[in-house]
Amino acid sequence: MSRFDKDWVRRNGVYVALVLLLLVNIVLTDNFLSAGTLRLQLIQVAPVLLVALGMALVIGTEGIDLSVGAVMAIAAALVPLYIGYGTVVALLISVAAGAVTGLLAGVLVAKVGVQPIIATLGIMVAGRGLANVFGGEIKSIRDQGMVELGSGDVLGIPYVVLIAAVVAGLAYFLVRRSTYGRQLVAIGGNKRAAELAGLPVKRVLITTYVLCGLLAALAGVLMAARSQASDPTKLGLLVELSAITAVVIGGTPLSGGQVRIAGTIAGALLMQLITATLIFHDIPDSTAQVVQAVIVVAAVYVQLGRKTARKKKVTT
Amino acid sequence: MTTTPTATRARVARSVQRQGALVILVVAVVASTFAFDSFGTTGNLTNIALQASFLAVVALGMTFVIMTGGIDLSVGSVFALGGVLAAWGAQYGTWVAILLPLLVCGAIGLVQGLIIARGGLPPFIVTLAGLLFARGVLLLISDEGATTYKVPPDSAFRELAQGSLLGIGYPIWIVVVAFGAGALVLHRTTYGSTVLAIGGQEDAADLMGLPVARAKVVTYLASGLLAGFGGLLIASYTSSGVTVLGVGMELEVISAVVLGGTLLTGGAGTILGTLVGVLLLQVIKNVINQVGSLNSNWQAVVSGTILLIVVTLQRWLSRQVK
Repeated sequence: MSRFDKDWVRRNGVYVALVLLLLVNIVLTDNFLSAGTLRLQLIQVAPVLLVALGMALVIGTEGIDLSVGAVMAIAAALVPLYIGYGTVVALLISVAAGAVTGLLAGVLVAKVGVQPIIATLGIMVAGRGLANVFGGEIKSIRDQGMVELGSGDVLGIPYVVLIAAVVAGLAYFLVRRSTYGRQLVAIGGNKRAAELAGLPVKRVLITTYVLCGLLAALAGVLMAARSQASDPTKLGLLVELSAITAVVIGGTPLSGGQVRIAGTIAGALLMQLITATLIFHDIPDSTAQVVQAVIVVAAVYVQLGRKTARKKKVTT
Repeated sequence: MTTTPTATRARVARSVQRQGALVILVVAVVASTFAFDSFGTTGNLTNIALQASFLAVVALGMTFVIMTGGIDLSVGSVFALGGVLAAWGAQYGTWVAILLPLLVCGAIGLVQGLIIARGGLPPFIVTLAGLLFARGVLLLISDEGATTYKVPPDSAFRELAQGSLLGIGYPIWIVVVAFGAGALVLHRTTYGSTVLAIGGQEDAADLMGLPVARAKVVTYLASGLLAGFGGLLIASYTSSGVTVLGVGMELEVISAVVLGGTLLTGGAGTILGTLVGVLLLQVIKNVINQVGSLNSNWQAVVSGTILLIVVTLQRWLSRQVK
């Protein structure tokens, strides 16, 4: 393959795969093109997409955030505790908790200089424990506002999907048009150079982790609203892995310096559609996992290309 | 003498990084012995060591992986898969119970190593896929997790983890031997120095003509083998192949290695430190169980917080030196 072809595949492979899989489903899956099926797919992908968008920003800085699943669980566990003060108060407290954990990760990474994977690993372990301490066992959420948030819609579009779409739009704008986005990409590309160029490296890093924490918490609250329950041991488990996969197969390199929001959306949709396709055709979970594993490696292999991968030392 | 304070601080920094976990471990053990009557008993202490041994076997492999600057997220799933294969294989004899999991888990490690070393893919992604893959295979052979294979009551395979020598369980002996061998391999063999060189500066190791790719393949192979071995040990100990084991174990193992002073950037660390890290995590678990009133979820909170404190201290001290 010529250099151009490889680059084209890296940039657009995820869209091609998505379209192909959609076509396969249109032909092979009964009732795939019904409003109900598509709507359900979008509802299911929305929380993962929110997490993946935050993750894309973090990966753009050459970081990684393993704590997102635990942060979702914390946010969801806080809802039943504060719902007595009203839906809005409970939501604000939950999302604020996500911002605080993000702030902690950001400070550890930017100020103390701990590696992102370790800082967020510590928060993940402690955070999941905290969620269990706050949340205890599964608690049902009966608040009317939360039920509406999870299951309601406006003009036929579920709130959950609408929120994910708006956040995706904001993220696109942030990366492409804002000073913060340009600084973020510069830092991910070469932190030392960004520092020498006088960019506010620490502030941008901290902001990025705070945004990631906020989005994870929002995703956690939406999931709790949708299932009308918070389950601190299960909620958000392994989401970090789905989110990272969506970001990477969407064309954002783990080595930082680039953020591809549209690719991340396509990546999240692709992962969702893979899972759904296997479920539609009664292929058991076990096989689905094996298939996903192979797809992840194949996708990253295509993206990296042999030579560039060996030259550039990827730290994580 | 202006250099003295810096030199002293450098020494302090280095020893905190290496022995920080050991100090915390000693303090925790001494304090718990005074605080809880039942903590310092021989029975409880050997119990801690026995419980820690399963994690320790897996952590030994991870120590080498992290020293090369890599990471192995697949160990939890591979551990569980090893256990299920062992329990299933036990009905065909003890050797099947031992060799089958080693063969399959070793193969998973080998393939991961080849993709990482020859294909040049990031270890994080490859072993993440390995995590999904091994868990998928595990579900496939256990009817989606519904079947729990039992080790036959008369199987000699049970003896492997349930037997004891001089009053000390076999798993503890195995850990002692394995860690001794691990330290020898790291410090006395070409492979060991290659591992350290890769983590220090991969390009330089490559230019020096060290067998970088081969050493990496061997490292992931060993990690897979050890994770599978840990799994078969726990299958022998519990006499069954439990499908739900090992979820999140990779992170516990990584924590133990990092607590033990191995730098996640690779190139430095000690085998003994990892053992200390594993014991520290186990002591925390035990202490929280002793404080009956404390919710067992605090285990995770305390482990995570200690991990963050230790790495923060490590960073802070190494920065003081610069």
